[in-house]
Amino acid sequence: MTPIITTRFVNLFYNEFQALKNINMAIMPNTVTALIGPSGCGKSSYLRLFNRMNDLIDGVSITGDIMVDGEMIYSKGIDIVALRRKVGMVFQKPNPFPKTIFENIAYGLRVNGVTDKKRIEEKVEFSLQQAALWEEVKDKLKKSAFELSGGQQQRLCIARALAIEPSIILMDEPASALDPISTAKIEELIYELKRNYTIVIVTHNMQQAGRVSDYTAFFYLGELIEFGDTKEIFTHPKDKKTQNYITGRFG
Amino acid sequence: MKKTLKKWLEKTIEGILFLSSTITTLTVILIVVFLFKEGKSLFQSTPIEEGFVLAVNKANAAGNLSANQIKNIFDQNIINWKELGGNDEPIFLFRMDDLSNYYTDEELGENFEFVPQRTNEFIDKTPGIIAFFPSKNIDSNFSGKILPIEKTTLKQFLSEKEWFPTAQPVAQLGVLSLILGTLWVSFGAILIALPLGLATAIYMAEIATKRVRNILKPLIELLAGIPSVVYGFFGLIVIVPQIQSLFGLPVGETALAGSIILGIMALPTIVTISEDALRTTPNAMKEASLALGANKWQTIHRVVIPYAGSGITAAAILGIGRAIGETMAVLMVTGNAAIIPHTFLEPVRTIPATIAAELGEAPQGGMHFKALFALGCILFIMTIVVNLTVEFISSRRKNKISH
Repeated sequence: MTPIITTRFVNLFYNEFQALKNINMAIMPNTVTALIGPSGCGKSSYLRLFNRMNDLIDGVSITGDIMVDGEMIYSKGIDIVALRRKVGMVFQKPNPFPKTIFENIAYGLRVNGVTDKKRIEEKVEFSLQQAALWEEVKDKLKKSAFELSGGQQQRLCIARALAIEPSIILMDEPASALDPISTAKIEELIYELKRNYTIVIVTHNMQQAGRVSDYTAFFYLGELIEFGDTKEIFTHPKDKKTQNYITGRFG
Repeated sequence: MKKTLKKWLEKTIEGILFLSSTITTLTVILIVVFLFKEGKSLFQSTPIEEGFVLAVNKANAAGNLSANQIKNIFDQNIINWKELGGNDEPIFLFRMDDLSNYYTDEELGENFEFVPQRTNEFIDKTPGIIAFFPSKNIDSNFSGKILPIEKTTLKQFLSEKEWFPTAQPVAQLGVLSLILGTLWVSFGAILIALPLGLATAIYMAEIATKRVRNILKPLIELLAGIPSVVYGFFGLIVIVPQIQSLFGLPVGETALAGSIILGIMALPTIVTISEDALRTTPNAMKEASLALGANKWQTIHRVVIPYAGSGITAAAILGIGRAIGETMAVLMVTGNAAIIPHTFLEPVRTIPATIAAELGEAPQGGMHFKALFALGCILFIMTIVVNLTVEFISSRRKNKISH
């Protein structure tokens, strides 16, 4: 199998500060890869490389090769809009638009030029079903997304990302702002989505990484310390730092 | 000891703060009460010039006349009493000066001591007469009928079109054209300032680099600090001649000139407030949009602007508020004709400009003076409505954000 995301010797700087150092990694399709590590270790910066979300920050410079789906995404002339269609993202805090539930899902379709009303309706329903939210919201699609609970809002954001049919979904601590029940629902959802999508998830929660991911990458001070099969990492970490981190000696 | 001193100091400061707020509040209330008291007195008086009366023949059957009717009589638009519900009798206009056309100097007396008597005589023998003369010339056995003049009513004040407060024999106090002039100019100003201001705000909030923004923002705020008379001067020297030659008008002082100047003056308000509103759009919202494959413009158009919508509305309304109350610049460039405008290329007269231009020549306590105060009340109410609207919108906005 060929990896869907490959990074080679990736360095990332915020002005003078080097946030990522020579990261080499390959992510396989239809797997869940967890990025773990203490705060400030660069895992979020790394995640945000894949849909070029770091572009929005002033003073960012990137070197190295980042290949997504066979394309060098930092080469000149790349279509960022097309890239972001392919690589969806779910953020740390639920961030629905101040629009109706329906319009939140339809947004991605509309900005990508879909105008067929029937198609949008179908897609909204399908995405909500995929995100296991349809049953809860089908009678209030015209209500504001803010009326949903935090967990529902986050699943709405996942549905919103799914609506534009990405092949990769980036999740930046998607459950960190949620209660345990909502977290469990999100994790279930991740497990379901794995069949059709490649998921890269940043998490602070070690148990969560252990539960949902196939592969785990441990970052520390901008370096990729260890990357491998989740079971391996959690049971037989090769590096001392990894072991200290996952056993909770620092974090 | 030290403790009591500290306590005492605290109490004193508290007292001073309380006093300051009380004085401020009282001042505001005092000004409003004063304004409305003076304004209200207009509606307790008749619009006839003080010390004068209008009289008709005792046989005249016409009833109360309004200021407008009297004006039409003296302008000879109404020439027969039957038009006013009286007998079929042509109207005969008579002013004090006319008396000498009918009587010799001897008949009027060496010191005009017979004037009251002659006036009475003349009114008595002329059935269609309407006489306008000083009340001191009412004869002791006056046989005519002093015409009762209706008091100015609020409805008349607001709906009559003619503003001619120094007209004789009765002042024409219709402010409709002034109100419309004010709204017209302010509306035009916002039509100019809103697109320009909003575009600038979007540029500063979303597109400009930090450096450009740091130059641009103080520069625009500087616009707010320029004295309005300077704007007026600029308008008079630059904009007015341009408009005149561009549209081939007899005069360049038009509503359009006022709107342009007011639009420029409202820009800082609109830019600053809407930029602040645009910047409140959470980054998470913008990121969400971009992550869904929206480009920068789609994000601005579909997320940032709707999110800042109420803030932008508030900016526009505050801009209107600024325009409604502005006096000097408007006075200088709008031509000040108290007519109801039909296009932007006609001169108009606004309420503040009217007050500023006329207060100096209105005798204190007189009809004209009171009318200007009543105008001030209208202006006050207009701005209060504007401010309340903004208040209402921004409270709704707070609710939205607290979700």
